[in-house]
Amino acid sequence: MKHLLSVADLDAATATGLLDTASRLKETLLGREVRKLPTLRGRTVVTLFYEDSTRTRVSFEIAGKWMSADTINISAKGSSVSKGESLRDTSLTVSAMGADCVIMRHPASGAAHRVAGWQDKDAAVTGTHTSVINAGDGTHEHPTQALLDAATLRDELGAIAGRRIGIVGDVLHSRVARSNVLLLSTLGAEVVLVAPPTLLPTGVAEWPCRVSHSLDAELPALDAVMMLRVQAERMHGGFFPSAREYAIAYGLNENRLALLPEGAPVLHPGPMVRGMEIAPAVADSSNAKVLAQVRNGVHVRMAVLYHLLAGAPE
Amino acid sequence: MTLLITNAKPYGEQAVDILVEDGVITEIGTDLVSDDAGVDTEVLDAGGHVLLPGLVDLHVHLREPGGEESETIETGVHAAALGGFTAVFAMPNTDPVQDTAVVVEHVRRRGAEIGLCDVHPVGAVTVGRKGTQLAELGTMANSGAQVRMFSDDGSCVNDPLIMRRALEYASALDVVIAQHAEDHRLTEGAQAHEGAVAARLGLAGWPATAEETIVFRDCALAREAGADLHVCHVSSVHTVAVLRNAKAQGIRVTAEVTPHHLLLTDGRLTGYDPVNKVNPPLRTGTDTQAMREALAEGVIDVVATDHAPHAAQYKDAEWAAARPGMLGLQTALSVVVHTMVEPGLLDWRGVARVLSEKPAEIGRLPDQGRPIAVGEPGTFCLVDPDAQWTVRGAGLASKAANTPYEGMRLPGAVVATVLRGRVTARDGKVAV
Repeated sequence: MKHLLSVADLDAATATGLLDTASRLKETLLGREVRKLPTLRGRTVVTLFYEDSTRTRVSFEIAGKWMSADTINISAKGSSVSKGESLRDTSLTVSAMGADCVIMRHPASGAAHRVAGWQDKDAAVTGTHTSVINAGDGTHEHPTQALLDAATLRDELGAIAGRRIGIVGDVLHSRVARSNVLLLSTLGAEVVLVAPPTLLPTGVAEWPCRVSHSLDAELPALDAVMMLRVQAERMHGGFFPSAREYAIAYGLNENRLALLPEGAPVLHPGPMVRGMEIAPAVADSSNAKVLAQVRNGVHVRMAVLYHLLAGAPE
Repeated sequence: MTLLITNAKPYGEQAVDILVEDGVITEIGTDLVSDDAGVDTEVLDAGGHVLLPGLVDLHVHLREPGGEESETIETGVHAAALGGFTAVFAMPNTDPVQDTAVVVEHVRRRGAEIGLCDVHPVGAVTVGRKGTQLAELGTMANSGAQVRMFSDDGSCVNDPLIMRRALEYASALDVVIAQHAEDHRLTEGAQAHEGAVAARLGLAGWPATAEETIVFRDCALAREAGADLHVCHVSSVHTVAVLRNAKAQGIRVTAEVTPHHLLLTDGRLTGYDPVNKVNPPLRTGTDTQAMREALAEGVIDVVATDHAPHAAQYKDAEWAAARPGMLGLQTALSVVVHTMVEPGLLDWRGVARVLSEKPAEIGRLPDQGRPIAVGEPGTFCLVDPDAQWTVRGAGLASKAANTPYEGMRLPGAVVATVLRGRVTARDGKVAV
């Protein structure tokens, strides 16, 4: 594995290998007072974020620090980016300073692919390889989110293959949904997308999943449900009439929670919009695995850094 | 000045010799010898290749004034001559915009100074191409630039009332309004053809309906105005249906397709290389097939390149930030040979029709796109139909190198270009 740009680049064996590494790291660190492994000592990991993010950036930073890597955070605001420097120049500058890994978040879909391409071209000249991790590119993908979701589902359900997972909400604008559909289907799950037609992309019919417009009809047969954030401002684009109508039709409230099989996990990538896609009582119920997702996020990102920078253990 | 072309096959038919004196064909026969051979006669041995009337491109971006880092009128005209073109229509999205007589006259004059290819500036329909107030169409039409085509290309004349008035006003001037058909409300933030590929790549969709609905609307407006409407760069199978229906009703609408919409699909977007970013976007195989059939049938009248040079910094960026457009002048004929001639959809008469005769007619050029006959202008494009060549952006005459065909092997090569008896390009070199 050279970069992690898209879940589409992961086959089932590689993805399972990452999840296995993540759970081994989790076990290793469990109950330790000093949560620090020497694995990536002397390696430099840079987060290069062109969008506001707290949880993903901090999660990567903690993952790097627990592996003893030197982690540096660059936010697009206040850097040379605001002076109009191109993405190419910024990313090559960071690698020229010695970054072994660049973790990128960018509002443009495909930005991480572009940066990886420039890095590879540069590596052919300099001989120094820089790995790129896509930490969210536009409305394209967010691979480590899908991995941490899969880790959480595996913990909760024992396995992913053969399970039926619902993904509910703004699929159109969601990089989380794209990565999850790909990863869960690669791992053998049956995926059902539930959303109004306006929040599904044209072309969704070719995705490895089923599409439904009725949450109530789907819930009883789901093994787990993943709620996506829905921004209330989307109503101004005509995607739905009002936040109220959206919540009535697609929000996960207590009555709907009762339709799920008992104990079925409810996931949310955060940040949650309580009262919109998820009722507060559901968010605080024992079904909700939001904090378990966050915990798994650190271990999954440690695993990704380990596979990229220390070589995959075969 | 006399030019003797020997062993040329007009439209790929019987080989003949052609004598051009003072820019006009004076004799066509076999074993012709110039009266004053050796004194002032240039001989062009056509080697049995295909002779077509000089190609006419209704849609190029020469970027001057204002975008000289990407192309100048001079480099663009060199590319045109090498591509077999003897006349090009330069779109008005320059800086300043070609919306006044002063600017269009400047462009026309620069073209004439270079002299390798007629440059006809396209005037903007509205002031600043902003879509709100009509530009001085009459003044530009009657200026030294003799503007015959108006377009806000790059932007659609989106306001139906402004488009209606433009068509009505144009109908009295014997000029044509060329519409960049894109309902901007339907394409806000659009980055790629709305379909399976864009859904997978997470790129905001440019729905084909945004083109189709504007063409439908404009055909109705043109019908009522009794005006000539030209539709730029048709890209969708659904637009073809609208055009077919409008033509059947007798509406005076013509349409163009670009070489890239004949050949390339959105499958190329995987990898996010913005060299494939263009507006309207590359669509599906169903669409390219429909473009080819419509062109063969005449529902789409002409091929126009939408030659759009962009300096490296405008393409060497993330997809959303990169500018749309691709080079086209030097690859157009080869793409037409590949997509239309080789599959048997067009013969060489057909190529002459879609790349020379019809565009000259739409652009109202009396001395371009003419038959190869005595008394007609000595303006030609000589094509080696059996040649194969590999496209290299760095080797093209344009200042920019943004060709989507990089490394592709294409059939058919322009061997020589002749403008009114003067050889403007030969064997890949511009006559300077």
